[in-house]
Amino acid sequence: MKYIPTIGIECHVQLKTKTKLFSEVDNDARGKEPNSCVSPVDYALPGMLPRLNGEAIKMAILAGRAMNCEINAYSRFDRKHYFYPDSPKGYQITQFYHPIIGAGYVELPSGTKVRIEHAHLEGDAGKLTHFDTYSLVDLNRVDTPLIEIVSMPDIHSARDAHDYCRELWRLMRFAGVTYGDLYNGNMRFDINTSLAPEGSDKLGTRTEVKNLNSFRSVERAVEYEIKRQTRLLDAGDKVVQQTLGWSDATGETSPQRSKEVAADYRYMPEPDLPPIHLSDEFIAAESAKLPLMPADYRTKFGEIIPHDTLEILLDYPELMTKLSELSADKKAIKLIANLFTSVLLAEEKSAEYLNDLPSGKDLAELAKMNAGGELSSTATKEVFLHLFDPQMRGRGAGQIAKELGLIQENDLGALEAIVDAVLAKPETAKAQADFRNGEEKVLGFLVGQVMKESKGKANPSAVQKILREKLK
Amino acid sequence: MKTANKTVTATMLVKDALQKAKHFAEYNIFTFLNEEGALKKAAEIDARIARGEEVGKLAGVPYALKDNFLSPEGQTTASAHILEGYVSPVTATVVEKLESEGAIMIGRTNLDAFAHGSSTENSYFGPTHNAHDFERVAGGSSGGSAVAVALDIVEFATGTDTGGSIRQPASFNGVYGLKPTYGANSRYGVVAMASSLDCIGFSTKTPDDMDLLMSITAGQDPKDMTTLPDFYNIAAPPTRTVTRIGVIKDFDNDAVDAEIREALSRKCELLKSKGYEIVELDMPALKYALAAYYIIQPAEVASNLSRYDGVRYGFRSERAQDLEGLYNNTRGEGFMPENKRRIMIGNFVLSSGFYDAYFLKAAKARTLIVQEYAEAFQKCDFILTPVSPNPAFKLGEKVNDPVAMYLEDLMSVSLNLAGVPGLAVPAGKTRDGRSLGLQLVGPRRSDKSLIEFAKELQDENDL
Repeated sequence: MKYIPTIGIECHVQLKTKTKLFSEVDNDARGKEPNSCVSPVDYALPGMLPRLNGEAIKMAILAGRAMNCEINAYSRFDRKHYFYPDSPKGYQITQFYHPIIGAGYVELPSGTKVRIEHAHLEGDAGKLTHFDTYSLVDLNRVDTPLIEIVSMPDIHSARDAHDYCRELWRLMRFAGVTYGDLYNGNMRFDINTSLAPEGSDKLGTRTEVKNLNSFRSVERAVEYEIKRQTRLLDAGDKVVQQTLGWSDATGETSPQRSKEVAADYRYMPEPDLPPIHLSDEFIAAESAKLPLMPADYRTKFGEIIPHDTLEILLDYPELMTKLSELSADKKAIKLIANLFTSVLLAEEKSAEYLNDLPSGKDLAELAKMNAGGELSSTATKEVFLHLFDPQMRGRGAGQIAKELGLIQENDLGALEAIVDAVLAKPETAKAQADFRNGEEKVLGFLVGQVMKESKGKANPSAVQKILREKLK
Repeated sequence: MKTANKTVTATMLVKDALQKAKHFAEYNIFTFLNEEGALKKAAEIDARIARGEEVGKLAGVPYALKDNFLSPEGQTTASAHILEGYVSPVTATVVEKLESEGAIMIGRTNLDAFAHGSSTENSYFGPTHNAHDFERVAGGSSGGSAVAVALDIVEFATGTDTGGSIRQPASFNGVYGLKPTYGANSRYGVVAMASSLDCIGFSTKTPDDMDLLMSITAGQDPKDMTTLPDFYNIAAPPTRTVTRIGVIKDFDNDAVDAEIREALSRKCELLKSKGYEIVELDMPALKYALAAYYIIQPAEVASNLSRYDGVRYGFRSERAQDLEGLYNNTRGEGFMPENKRRIMIGNFVLSSGFYDAYFLKAAKARTLIVQEYAEAFQKCDFILTPVSPNPAFKLGEKVNDPVAMYLEDLMSVSLNLAGVPGLAVPAGKTRDGRSLGLQLVGPRRSDKSLIEFAKELQDENDL
């Protein structure tokens, strides 16, 4: 039988606030000792009370607006109870009844619209590392702000599931609310998959695969679940509603340990935090701070940058911001966009480079020199790379090109003198004669000789022009 | 408040208080005596006085700290086994404020473990005895604090009031006890019982002392988001011209001890003779207060006690073989029976399928009670009621009958549900010599005028 898969996705996004959601300790634990970013509040000492981080509220507004969502004027926190050593308080502070982000939608590059049911703020849990006879607890991640984005079941293929997650990742990065480092769990996806016979108006029984942290594993896990459930249904068996884990190594899903399966969370309004009331003015002012989103860039640069190049660049908000700094110079935008994809992203150290991009002014100068014929395309790439050199970058593209001896000779008088010197050489006599007899292709040889004489600094098109003039 | 000076030094005051504390040791008032720390602080204050420095409004005044206020001085146990030996790295905001004015903590006072109780009998360290009748209970949960003040060991003691825990022991021991407006004083650094109900207050000998303490501690605290902007010390505090005093009809019934009813009538006569109008109030929603309270409070208790799991601090059972065993044994051995009772009730009313029927219903009843108080204060300025249905009962009399014990909270819990302030004032004695107390209730933020007004109620029979 043919089945229609239906997929809904929950996505957890770690926000890159300076401090944690409910305390004043550093929220950036990257490269730090375990349990070194933990306050008495996060550690849940007796008598400690949560203090709500206003920056997280502002970021939630941006995240919500990036997904075309309503921002709720009234929201509130609730306690979700469970016992596990990754939860020092014995409950997670979340928004069960009144989330801050309401309904909205995300449009995929394919044009598919996925509706957002809601998204809410909550604190992350700590991390456990299990050994044979004991487990270690690291609470650095406790109460890192998260927003959990809950989609409607609008996705019907593994590919769209992949694209939805990738689009969310882009939106959150463009909104500037997360580092978006998937490897380190900055964004995690839970996928709910069910199958229904074609034509049926009822959804089938769903399974949930938890804690996926790459688009590829989302796609593979959905593919796997569709196959597995199809097999079950075709054999007349039932799909069991359960929580599954995914193994990248085996490429299979498997039931989670029963401990990790939802218990009765005994939700209760969080009495230590007053409800959040946001005025229309505040929401409007914060929403206005939303930077350009991928869709805006597609409109802005769609005519200038080739489609494939643009789609690659749309994974890098910092590069799109740079391109925007190049004013309305279309040629410059196209050149720099090309350098970004063909040179920068091809570099081994590209991740490092992305953190410290050259100024828009330097890039504009580079583009101008290229357009003006001062730099050959090879020299342009060379200077571009040197703009990332911390020793040289401050000097500007012009100075760097000069110091590297890459500026093309455009002075016609000087070029003429070089051309004359080359034409005076006996070894070029035959070529000169051949050209005069109509053999166009020997012009290349002569240009090459001049380039050699000029040590590569001559502008080849200018040299060609002079040669044609001289050999008339 | 007797502060230290060059002739009566802080060291003298502290030594005197410590000596009295030891003298009354059999009352089991203190869980910790801060001899060394208190004397060291006293010496510092004396040195500052000698140098002519500013030493604060409570310079050298010894006080007692309910043992659920956190500070690094001595262990903070909340009279619970599960926190035995716990030394806090942080200091409660209220403690910081008191000590910055020169107050000196001479000891930590006994309470019902985690403040769960109305008699201080639920303490891991045994019950505290009533100041005026050794065979009777101190009241609770701030029993140790009330008795410490009643026996003149200290001039004031801190307390927490979730459903009457400051007012009831104050009335059982003949002292003043204030439960301020919810959010007037910071809860930061106080072991939480039920967060939406917990109020931080004091036991004192006089309304003036209460006023001084509130002027020091009230105000917004960035560490407690539920605190209110300071309404106590502003240039024009919301004082009321008091002319009408309300009396609730439903409370004057058989549930209330005859001698308490007599005390209430006496005070009404006194007020009438001073020209106040007595207004009878019909407050039907109050009959739901106790039931609503014993749903909301255990729910928050169960939640707040989740952090005591033996993983990071405090008592940890040695008998555990695995994670579940660690939780079960640590909590099973570490909590008192009353703690466990409330954890079970709380988890029951929050569990899926029961939330709407219990917790949500109780929350709605709470809203009604808030409204009913607001309406009552349209008809009168303050309300005068009993604090509890009975004067101090015998040790052991109710400890095995939870419902009888819960009924002791009948008149006190509605204030916590509504967030309004209540002041327990002494109102003479029973014929067999037990202290009687009454409770003055005001609208939110009326704490200052409430304390002022308490003086109008004073007469020679009170103390």
